[in-house]
Amino acid sequence: MTLLGYRVPMMAALLVWVVVWEIIGRFDLLLLFPPFTEVLMALGDVVTSRSFAEAIRITALSYACGLALAIAVGVPLGLLMGLVPAADKMLNIWVNTFLSAPLSALVPVFMILFGLGTPTVIVTVFMFAVWIIVLDTRAGVQNISPSLMEMAHSFGASHAERGKIVLLAALPEILAGIRLGMIRGVKGVVIGQLLVSIIGVGALFSLYQQNFLMAHFWALILLLFAMALTLSGLVGRLEKRIEYYAGVRS
Amino acid sequence: MSIAMQIETENAVPAASNPIIEVKGISKIYGSDIVALENIDLAFEEGQLTSLLGPSGCGKTTLLKIVAGLLKPSHGEILVKGKKVHGPGPERAFVFQDFALMPWANVMQNVAFGLKMQGVGKAAREDTARHYISEVGLSGFEQKFPHQLSGGMRQRVGLARALAVNADVLLMDEPFSAVDEQTRRKFQEDLMRLREVEKKTFLFVTHSIEEAVYVSDRIVLLSPRPGRVSQIIDPDIPQDIGPDELRRNDVYLDTVESIWHGIKKYVE
Repeated sequence: MTLLGYRVPMMAALLVWVVVWEIIGRFDLLLLFPPFTEVLMALGDVVTSRSFAEAIRITALSYACGLALAIAVGVPLGLLMGLVPAADKMLNIWVNTFLSAPLSALVPVFMILFGLGTPTVIVTVFMFAVWIIVLDTRAGVQNISPSLMEMAHSFGASHAERGKIVLLAALPEILAGIRLGMIRGVKGVVIGQLLVSIIGVGALFSLYQQNFLMAHFWALILLLFAMALTLSGLVGRLEKRIEYYAGVRS
Repeated sequence: MSIAMQIETENAVPAASNPIIEVKGISKIYGSDIVALENIDLAFEEGQLTSLLGPSGCGKTTLLKIVAGLLKPSHGEILVKGKKVHGPGPERAFVFQDFALMPWANVMQNVAFGLKMQGVGKAAREDTARHYISEVGLSGFEQKFPHQLSGGMRQRVGLARALAVNADVLLMDEPFSAVDEQTRRKFQEDLMRLREVEKKTFLFVTHSIEEAVYVSDRIVLLSPRPGRVSQIIDPDIPQDIGPDELRRNDVYLDTVESIWHGIKKYVE
């Protein structure tokens, strides 16, 4: 973007909002918004606190577990649906229902089933991430060109070898599904912890809110946003390295 | 008709002296009433190139896939060297219309695929693959991936893969239809040369009359809906003339013309 002949950096729009925020904070216009500079100072406070390190550890752990579970279940389920029409008929409507359902509403149910702790958060991450992985894997398998499978058959490939070909041919879609699943999983881990609210980042949020540490509260939100963006950027970059052949499949 | 060629009547079984593939009473019915092929009897002689020619919907690809063992016929049987076919086998290799290359594998791995499936060791299969890669004119491209190659080069990879398994019969499903006209001509000439070197039996599906007359020893003309053998033509074109001369040869042109007359009534 250029303005009056000068190139405006991409983050310039953010800067405007930061200034607005600072003004609102300085003049105490809104109770919820401390000045942005205060938030920045709180940022250092939050990052160095022991409870933050513990919160990140537990968050990362439940996120990784939930996501691993989602991939371990989602990819095989998607393969099954892509390869077996009967399974697809039975499962497709449920997968689509869960994909679009407001899963946050189910978290209280998980809390009853799995207790007020990490297992509930893991299940929430799983539920947020798994369905898109299933659907993308299924789409990947269904998009495999029939002649590639005929080729494998005609050159005498064994069942195991044909399975490998299915997996490799569907890999770009599977990875796209995993990327989307990872992004949804971040929502899952935050929502899960907020609702459970005695562990991880959720506990920190409640702590800051109850003690009215709004600068800390906002600092934590900024941190989470930054981490989520970084994560999705990293996965996107990884995906690009595999994607090169997605567009040239014949 | 003044041109020298032999035309046999409908449903006659041509007497092949040394048939490597026999098609016996093959019918293929899709669903309950869509007859793709009806009672096809054919014999393909060893070392010959036979084209299956016909307008779209005549079942020529279906017939080729039945011979390949990729499709099951509704009735009838296929014999290869006198043995009934139950599925794909190492004596038949298939060249696909859309190349069917593995996009994640390089040229070497794609060409060696069939050998790998047969359990040939890495060194041996790469030697064989390298030989056929050079045979189809792709030396130096061994480490390239399919998306780095043009359409014509991709089909050369498909051809090398089929040649590498040293099958007796090469089944080619419109192999040149997805490449441009110039590449196609070059390809046809290369195919003629390969025939001389490789001494294999070719079954060649095409919808191009010119291509069929140009490359074939025998042309099987199929009629559509239901697919039946409508004519068998042996183009009697002089063997010793070059490709450029051939395209202007009277027998060639007359054969193309007469096939067109035979086929025209099906094309609406």
